[in-house]
Amino acid sequence: MNTRSRQQIVISGVGGQGVLLVTRLLAEAAIALGEPVFTSETHGMAQRGGTVLSHLKVGGFHGPLIRPGQADGLLALKEENLEAHGPFLNSGGWMVVNTSRDLPGSVKAEQIASELGNPRAVNLVLLGFALAARTSKGQPLLFCQVADIEAAIQRTLGDRPKMRDGALSALAAGAAAGSRREI
Amino acid sequence: MTQAGRELMMGNEAMARALVENGCSLVTAYPGTPSSEILAAVARYRALRADPMHVQWAVNEKVAFEIAYAGSQAGLRTAVAMKQVGLNVAADPLMSAAYMGTVGGFVVISADDPGPHSSQTEQDSRMMAMMAKIPVLDPDSPRQAHQMVGLAYAISESYRIPVMLRPTTRVCHSRQDLAPGPVLGAPREPAFQKDPLRWAATPKFRSTLHGELEAKLARIAADPSTAPVRLNPGAAGPRALVASGVAAAHVREALAFLGLQERLAAYQVRQPFPLHPDFIAHLMAAYDEILVLEETTGIIELQLARRDRVRGKQSGHVSRVGELSPETIVDHVADFAGLSVKAPRLPAVPGRRPTLCAGCPHRASFFAIKKAAPKGIYTSDIGCYTLGLNLGAVDTVLCMGAAISQAAGFCHAFRHTPKPPPVVATIGDSTFFHAGVPALIDTVTQQVPFVLVILDNRTTAMTGNQPTAACGTGAGGEPLQAVDLESLVDGCGVRFRRTADPYDLKGTVALLREALVFARENGPAVVICRRPCLLDRSRRAEHLLRPAPTVSPACDGCGFCVAHFECPALVAAGEKEPIRIDAALCSGCHVCVAVCPKNAILAVEP
Repeated sequence: MNTRSRQQIVISGVGGQGVLLVTRLLAEAAIALGEPVFTSETHGMAQRGGTVLSHLKVGGFHGPLIRPGQADGLLALKEENLEAHGPFLNSGGWMVVNTSRDLPGSVKAEQIASELGNPRAVNLVLLGFALAARTSKGQPLLFCQVADIEAAIQRTLGDRPKMRDGALSALAAGAAAGSRREI
Repeated sequence: MTQAGRELMMGNEAMARALVENGCSLVTAYPGTPSSEILAAVARYRALRADPMHVQWAVNEKVAFEIAYAGSQAGLRTAVAMKQVGLNVAADPLMSAAYMGTVGGFVVISADDPGPHSSQTEQDSRMMAMMAKIPVLDPDSPRQAHQMVGLAYAISESYRIPVMLRPTTRVCHSRQDLAPGPVLGAPREPAFQKDPLRWAATPKFRSTLHGELEAKLARIAADPSTAPVRLNPGAAGPRALVASGVAAAHVREALAFLGLQERLAAYQVRQPFPLHPDFIAHLMAAYDEILVLEETTGIIELQLARRDRVRGKQSGHVSRVGELSPETIVDHVADFAGLSVKAPRLPAVPGRRPTLCAGCPHRASFFAIKKAAPKGIYTSDIGCYTLGLNLGAVDTVLCMGAAISQAAGFCHAFRHTPKPPPVVATIGDSTFFHAGVPALIDTVTQQVPFVLVILDNRTTAMTGNQPTAACGTGAGGEPLQAVDLESLVDGCGVRFRRTADPYDLKGTVALLREALVFARENGPAVVICRRPCLLDRSRRAEHLLRPAPTVSPACDGCGFCVAHFECPALVAAGEKEPIRIDAALCSGCHVCVAVCPKNAILAVEP
């Protein structure tokens, strides 16, 4: 198993932003690629607008949780969560952050989603960006490709065509923004 | 979805799938985080079965337990699912069912919430199993939870005893790839063998049944099918780790991380109670020191003799409070092995507090209550509306149904004071059906001078919009008989019962004032604040969808709406700056139009 297919990713946001959907799509993509996968999610009271955190572990792991200092990547749907969740990253870890500021890995996901007329699709814009962006060595950040997530969207949201199409176009817009970026 | 037959399943789905695979014919539940998704998943998977399954939400956990238990008495495989505090509600039938035993396999799923993430307590259901004297299995992952359902049925039917399956939040709400098994039908027909000495035993025969139960437990503790397993057979040395549940999964990762797989013996306990005596003897004979890692109470540790050689929660080495995080476990394992490794921790940063959704009808009801009874004592209950805390409209939250009985207690406490404060209780519709009705009857008898506001959003919102008794819908969306809330309140003997639309703030305040006046002289008054939950997709047609209001130049940024109405769509823009309305969040309820003391928020008609 190469290093990219064994990956620990933290997905962070607030309730209602669609952290769970991003986690689900990545996990479905991992299974389709033949990788074992583990996720851990926030449900219940914290989902009501509170801080929400998902863990995604691709490759052979026993437990669902990522320890601080061990994550390979962080997808942050809320910039304000960086202080709390940034320390999940290992020393070589990358982050992709929804923010209007210029940071390493920043993406103006809210603006892109609004321009699409789909302001709630920040989650998929950010995911598309992370899938298309590359490291300084030209390596992909994530274990899977845009096409893997497109297929996962088809499988997961296939019975809700309007949501599915909105998700696919948000993913594509994010990927377009990410394809020029080095992180 | 599938690659070599593997599917991504949440732990709750994995257990549901296993119930369907293992020929379970009757499943009941009451929703509660982290257990809620189990029953809905059973309702989805039951289509895989050729034979019929009865799958239902019950009005509370006690009722759910008793229905499923009787199914077992009739010879069928059955199950009941709930969260750990739900098991408190079902404790009465649990204790007695353990004595009487079962016919068809009976699995009690009680989901614990170390942390706690979404619960009132961190109680350990395994301790309830110990108190009831039934075996309990402790899965470490969705995959193991899936396997343990079959194991639980085998134990239940071999020994005619209810078997508890105790997942925790990290099992219930994890997703893992797993290969589902074949779906077995239930080839049995129900048959009830009358046996009053057992099924209706008088106290005299209960001691016989108790003796039988003890004998069963002794045999279960010797059954190899649930015996602890050695995680790393190669490791030798004078020390051993013993772990169960998710802690065992963390231990495996910690051993690999610390390079201790071949140096520190580790065991996983799958059945923490009753602990196998052979295992206890082996540990004591083979090791000088033992570290036990388990959530949340030291149940395994309690059963190990020679406390001087055992480290854990009882000994004070492991915290008795909170979840055992993987970083905590790395530290414990490293320390036990004599390594000086300290795993990094996250900084203590206060996260965003949860809040009621923009447009939530509860927020409007709470605002109206504070306006009608500004000096009131506000007792409340378990549900989304606990978040009325943020509005200062919730003073107490104890347990399901307690809003009403605590309101009574406050009224009795203050009855002989010169100016007793008004008492307003809030309870959700689902919670009212669950445990509020007996309490309300008591307040009628005692003529308790309080106002009960039933926050009727037509659903069990917090746990994911499960139907209530008033919905007339089943777990799989099938039509059922609806219970009329108004008739139920009337039937309890309440003489003031009116219904309000919380979006009509002025009307609701006026009605609450009327109710307060009535209650002072006449006893309980009930106001039903009715508006469907905005997250309930099945009620889309009933949702008022209007454009966001606008803010007029008359807004001087006083901040009243932000401070007292606390709607996430109302954004303070700075001192003396007009507030901003976040159109992406706003649902168009327009309640803030009536909240603004300066009349500076203007409704926009579609």
